[in-house]
Amino acid sequence: MYTTRLFDIGVGQTARVESLHADGAVRRRLLDIGLTRGTRATCLYAAPSGDPKAFLIRGTVIALRSEDSARVQAQAVLPVSQKEVHAWA
Amino acid sequence: MGLTVGSTGKNAQDSQLVIQKKSPEDRVIALAGNPNVGKSTVFNELTGLNQHTGNWPGKTVCNAQGTCIHKGRSYVLVDIPGSYSLMALSAEEEVARDFLCFGGADAAVVVCDATCLERNLNLVLQTMEITPRVVVCLNLMDEAKKKHIRLNIRELEKRLGVSVVPASARSHKGLDRLMDRVEAVTQGDAPAPRSVKYPQSLEAALALVQQPLAPLLEGRLAPRWTALKLLEGDPVLLHTMAGFLGFAPQENPAVAEAIQKAREILSEDGMEGEALRDAIVTSVYQVAEDVCRGAVVYEDAKYNERQLKIDRILTSRLTGIPIMLALLAVVFYITIAGANLPSQLLSEGFLWIQEQLTAWFAAINAPVWLHGVLVLGVYRTLTWVIAVMLPPMAIFFPLFTLLEDLGYLPRVAFNLDHTFKKCCACGKQALTMCMGFGCNAAGVVGCRIIDSPRERLIAIITNNFVPCNGRFPTLIAIISMFFVGGSFFLGESVLSALLLTAVIVFGVLMTFLISRLLSKTILKGVPSSFTLELPPYRRPQVGKVIVRSVLDRTLFVLGRAAAVAAPAGLLIWLFANVQIGGVTILAHCTSFLDPFARLFGMDGVILMAFILGLPANEIVVPIILMAYLSTGSLLEMGNLMELKTLLVQNGWTWLTAVCTMLFMLLHWPCSTTLMTIKKETQSWKWTGAAFLIPTLTGLLLCFLVANGARLLGLA
Repeated sequence: MYTTRLFDIGVGQTARVESLHADGAVRRRLLDIGLTRGTRATCLYAAPSGDPKAFLIRGTVIALRSEDSARVQAQAVLPVSQKEVHAWA
Repeated sequence: MGLTVGSTGKNAQDSQLVIQKKSPEDRVIALAGNPNVGKSTVFNELTGLNQHTGNWPGKTVCNAQGTCIHKGRSYVLVDIPGSYSLMALSAEEEVARDFLCFGGADAAVVVCDATCLERNLNLVLQTMEITPRVVVCLNLMDEAKKKHIRLNIRELEKRLGVSVVPASARSHKGLDRLMDRVEAVTQGDAPAPRSVKYPQSLEAALALVQQPLAPLLEGRLAPRWTALKLLEGDPVLLHTMAGFLGFAPQENPAVAEAIQKAREILSEDGMEGEALRDAIVTSVYQVAEDVCRGAVVYEDAKYNERQLKIDRILTSRLTGIPIMLALLAVVFYITIAGANLPSQLLSEGFLWIQEQLTAWFAAINAPVWLHGVLVLGVYRTLTWVIAVMLPPMAIFFPLFTLLEDLGYLPRVAFNLDHTFKKCCACGKQALTMCMGFGCNAAGVVGCRIIDSPRERLIAIITNNFVPCNGRFPTLIAIISMFFVGGSFFLGESVLSALLLTAVIVFGVLMTFLISRLLSKTILKGVPSSFTLELPPYRRPQVGKVIVRSVLDRTLFVLGRAAAVAAPAGLLIWLFANVQIGGVTILAHCTSFLDPFARLFGMDGVILMAFILGLPANEIVVPIILMAYLSTGSLLEMGNLMELKTLLVQNGWTWLTAVCTMLFMLLHWPCSTTLMTIKKETQSWKWTGAAFLIPTLTGLLLCFLVANGARLLGLA
């Protein structure tokens, strides 16, 4: 386990949210999509240019731009269970 | 069901929502929910209306209402825009929140996606803070079942403290029970929903503010929620709240004092500003997790592998963009190939009728001018519009709606976002561009899904670079006449489709270019944050899509043709036949415009047709034809090749065709779109910009192409 950013994790990797380095509207937006402390996010795939990336967050796939995913401090976790990757709707 | 009468044209602009109760007994029910949970489907099934549905977040951007009669009582249902939370960020979320809080609803139905309930509970819990009269509709149960997600409804009800009704709105399952529960919740005592437990200091602060506040509110707003909002202190919400209550609660001395004290308690705990909000959001999510723990079980982990595979192919570096272009070309190919024959048959049929009419007019000795006005003017313009516009529409719209229902559009936005970011714009602009294919006015209204006002303006101003349904059949006609050969063989349809795709891609590139230019000049700014939900692919309801979009489209096009093309036909016939000083009015106008138009590779007739076509782009070509026909050559327009002959006789070359197509793609928006822009931007300045920017772009390009080609001796 090491501290990283959501931006840094590769396709197929999962991270647990630690804190958000954002304020104002961006912070509210990130919170609203469910990125609260302790939430797990898995990177599923990236757009053709590599940005934005699609993350599985609380059962929904949400695209985040690199600027925004770089604001999410997170702890990479080993892909604990395949269940997490697949249990999205 | 795709672009419908209700979602396009002048209906695209919503008027101020006025709840239409038929009797005071009627109950008003707000229909809330996260984006993309099938809220509009629930609404349509209950009210029998056709609110636009589609598999992408943000298609409902304003409130819609309809009536549902259940057991002899009527309910006014209000479909409010989908939102993740009620802590409003974008215009549509504000609409949702304000209606729930201050709209005077008797109860709220929160529609949830059963396949990801935990996330949806965020909104449920927030709604329950505003009103206890909440019924949770657990939609998409069929999908949840397929994905082997087991939901313990009883347990969920117990934990939430409100009714939870499982449903599959697409097949109308569970909706009767939903209305039973709605009836119960509006008639009987209010349920006692679970309230979100906040950190200790916040709870203490809330208790402090609530005490003096509760008597002031007289039951019009929930005291706990109001106290929370007073502590959060969002000025916009406080302003709306004061308007609703008739006074500002924070200005009451006792309340103000309590707020002051409460803030002290909070600041001792470090809960100020951002930290306070973080704590609120986190608490809500924690309760959502608690509620779902053990009550929602994912039994099969494998289900989504296929979806994931499809997504990886549709968005990969190698295949993402090519597949997107190929899909566009295939849709156009099917449209062009399929529309040829019906168009031909229609125009032959209309021509036959015209001959009969002419014979009849002759038989009853009707004056020549009457025949001219009604048959050569009104009838011919009307039928041309129908013959050329209707078949491509009837094919394109179902196809497009299928892609929309499938869930492909958000992937387009995902693939294109990087380029939009480089242009300092929002990736959701791709969604509004797609709406523009149907109707630019609908596209402009759709821009509400974009949060940043700057990026929204960019999307509104550039929406017109996507040709709407009034324009692309004309593009197809010009392409077929001048660049393909005009017959219907396989190879030629393919070529037409590819050329049309190229034209559309060109429009998209212009969108990028102008967006970037705007971002660097009059709309300076950096790209804002961007989050976009990528919903799961859903099997489209093919039969329903086809029936609805064909019927709606057919009626819409016919209605619009009658409303705009017929009077325009009348007017233009008069222009072409009333003479002043021995020359027709039309000739006066066109010869006045001619030298100017020639600079841009067109002629006076074409330019005037564009000007007269302001109410609807459909009528541009009929005006051109009538103007040419009135100048002597009397041709019957049986098919496109005869049409081409007419155009060539009037001096059209390939260069005229190119410039006309360019200007068709890049000129002012139609009057309906302009009015919508005025309404959306609340500003004449930006409406003017939306008029001038595409027009100047078009003129500049036409000028460069026309004079470039002439200099090079190409034309």
